[in-house]
Amino acid sequence: MTLTHYVVLAAILFSIGATTVLVRRNAIIVFMGVELMLNATNLALVTFSRMHGNLTGQVLAFFVMTVAAAEVVIGLAIIISIFRTRRSASVDDVNLLKG
Amino acid sequence: MLITGITTDAAWSGSALAPWLVGIPLLSAAVLLLTGRKSDRWGHWLGVLAPLASLAIGVVLLLNMLGVSADQRSANVSLGQWINAGAFRLDAGFRIDPLSLTFVLLVTFVGTLIHVYSVAYMEHDKDRRRFFAYMNLFVAAMLLLVTANSYLLLFVGWEGVGLASYLLIGFWNHNPVYAVAAKKAFVANRVGDIGLIVAMGLLFTHIGALDFASVDAGAPKLSPGLLTAIGLMLLLAACGKSAQFPLQSWLGDAMAGPTPVSALIHAATMVTAGVYLVVRSNAIFTAAPDARLVVTIVGAISLAFGAIVGCAKDDIKKALAASTMSQIGYMMLAAGLGPIGYAFAIMHLVTHGFFKAGLFLGAGSVMHGMDDQTDMRFYGGIGRTMKITYFTVMAGWLAILGMFPFSGFFSKDPIIESAFVPQDGQTWRAWVFGLVALIGAGVTSFYMSRLFFMTFEGKRRWTTKADGSHQHPHEAPALMTVPMIILAIGSVGLGAFLAIGDRFTTWLEPVTGPHPEGSPVIPAGILIALSLVLVIGAAAFAWSRYAVSEVPVIPPVGTLVTQAARKDLYQDVVNDAALVVPGQMLTRSLVYGDRAVVDGTVSGVAKTTLRVGDLARKVQTGHVRSYAATMTLGVVVLAAVVLILGS
Repeated sequence: MTLTHYVVLAAILFSIGATTVLVRRNAIIVFMGVELMLNATNLALVTFSRMHGNLTGQVLAFFVMTVAAAEVVIGLAIIISIFRTRRSASVDDVNLLKG
Repeated sequence: MLITGITTDAAWSGSALAPWLVGIPLLSAAVLLLTGRKSDRWGHWLGVLAPLASLAIGVVLLLNMLGVSADQRSANVSLGQWINAGAFRLDAGFRIDPLSLTFVLLVTFVGTLIHVYSVAYMEHDKDRRRFFAYMNLFVAAMLLLVTANSYLLLFVGWEGVGLASYLLIGFWNHNPVYAVAAKKAFVANRVGDIGLIVAMGLLFTHIGALDFASVDAGAPKLSPGLLTAIGLMLLLAACGKSAQFPLQSWLGDAMAGPTPVSALIHAATMVTAGVYLVVRSNAIFTAAPDARLVVTIVGAISLAFGAIVGCAKDDIKKALAASTMSQIGYMMLAAGLGPIGYAFAIMHLVTHGFFKAGLFLGAGSVMHGMDDQTDMRFYGGIGRTMKITYFTVMAGWLAILGMFPFSGFFSKDPIIESAFVPQDGQTWRAWVFGLVALIGAGVTSFYMSRLFFMTFEGKRRWTTKADGSHQHPHEAPALMTVPMIILAIGSVGLGAFLAIGDRFTTWLEPVTGPHPEGSPVIPAGILIALSLVLVIGAAAFAWSRYAVSEVPVIPPVGTLVTQAARKDLYQDVVNDAALVVPGQMLTRSLVYGDRAVVDGTVSGVAKTTLRVGDLARKVQTGHVRSYAATMTLGVVVLAAVVLILGS
């Protein structure tokens, strides 16, 4: 099991996450897709850290985790707020910002 | 402007009063305009006092000036530095010499009488105070014009006169026709002003100064071509102000103003300014014979033009206006003759000031009695009911005819004689201008007699008033008749007083130079006899046509000449075709160009931006997932590009 396997796994996870974001309508599920993409990125970063033998990637992964934590808090709050007013969690219904 | 106090170089005392000549009427006008309705009750008397005070100053100056010998009479009264720009320095000040003092006395004396007359004439006008404010402004501007010591300060008065005439001609501007007449006078005067501005520019570039003393000293050193150019530009200015051909069209319409205004414009202020300018610039004109020839030609054309138009006008004020143009034509003709004519031009101007003011005030008195009727075809036989007006107008009429011994005889005959004197050895000029002046005197006699007889003699052709009652012409109040009587006395005796012993020509010599004697191509005695015969013959012809035989109330169709003269020889048609219509076309095409090109570019840019925005906003669908898809696609494309380029 080489380090390349980890990178491939990260790519697969990222693709699954991206597909989820693009395909699913439920905001919670879309959110989960985003989380998956972030964690796939973390995996890739940690792998690269190992490959290059320095800590830059690991530090970056910590930053991503921090941002993801903050993002989850705010994102969920927005979703709940939208759900309360519209009785729907579909991302397609939220289209008021069209040109 | 830096007023450093009044300094004078006069050899006689009292010249320091000169600034007050202008200052008092100007202050009075300011008080009347600023206090508004509060001064309605006493404003007109203040308005009368202002020119009277200037007259008193003028008399003081005259008495002091007469006390010294002729070569010491010119004085320069400086107020201090006015302009200090680079090498150009100009003092604001007054030049008091026999010429300017003549004008001061004429303007203030006749002006005061007209002011007194206006107190009664404008009695029922609710804006009488404003009227007097404008009249004072008019007098102040005219006094500044004639007493200024430089062309630039003269120009200030020049414009002031233009402004005041605009305000007064359009005094009843609630009538759109009158407002248009005021505008016409203003525009025609602006055309003339261009001439004065260009002349000043030429003087400034070639002499470097604009005060009369420097210009008089510097003019003989300039080249003849340049002097001719300056002379022609000054003539253009004079034509605008003095209503001479080809800028005469405003004069007839200017009758829209109240009658005292017409008297003031025609007798004392405004139209005399052009003649003053030419005579004041005598150093330039004497050295530029070509420019003088043009002045003479313009004078002769205006003389004939006015006389022809005067014969056909039925409106008493318009007939008088045409006669003014004709008489100013005489003055211009005389001024164009050079040193031989300058003094005669001014002398005719002074006597004309008296009799024309008297005639206009008489016409005002008739209108006052006839319910503002101005058409002479509805007059007739008024002489029996308005005795004082009858006799005062008669004095003015005989004076303008040049009948011996009335004042016009002493001022007009020398002009006719001088016109018959060959200039520069060219006899054709003597014959042409002499005959125009001589025949003009005959025509003047005809139309003025026509005016007099149609108004005062013959059968009554009065119409009923607007309310259906009959006309009852009554003599005007004393406030109106006394000025008329004083002017009539001037019309009778002033000419003889000025002419006997060459009193007036000697008086003006310090300004116009020595007065040369010339011998006319026809002996002077025969000329006087000829002109008197012509005048009496024309008057008798007018008597037979307009006093003995019945005057038709409906104007007969008349000959082609009469029809043309009724329309002022098509001056307005010509002006419209040559200037107004092309001018309007130009402005319209400019407006169109502005809309199409300038506005088109600006709004074109705005519209394009709007359309591009319309297209671009379609991309913003509001669907989060489509945004995400776009981003993903973008990243994939970028990654592909990096991969391909990196390998």
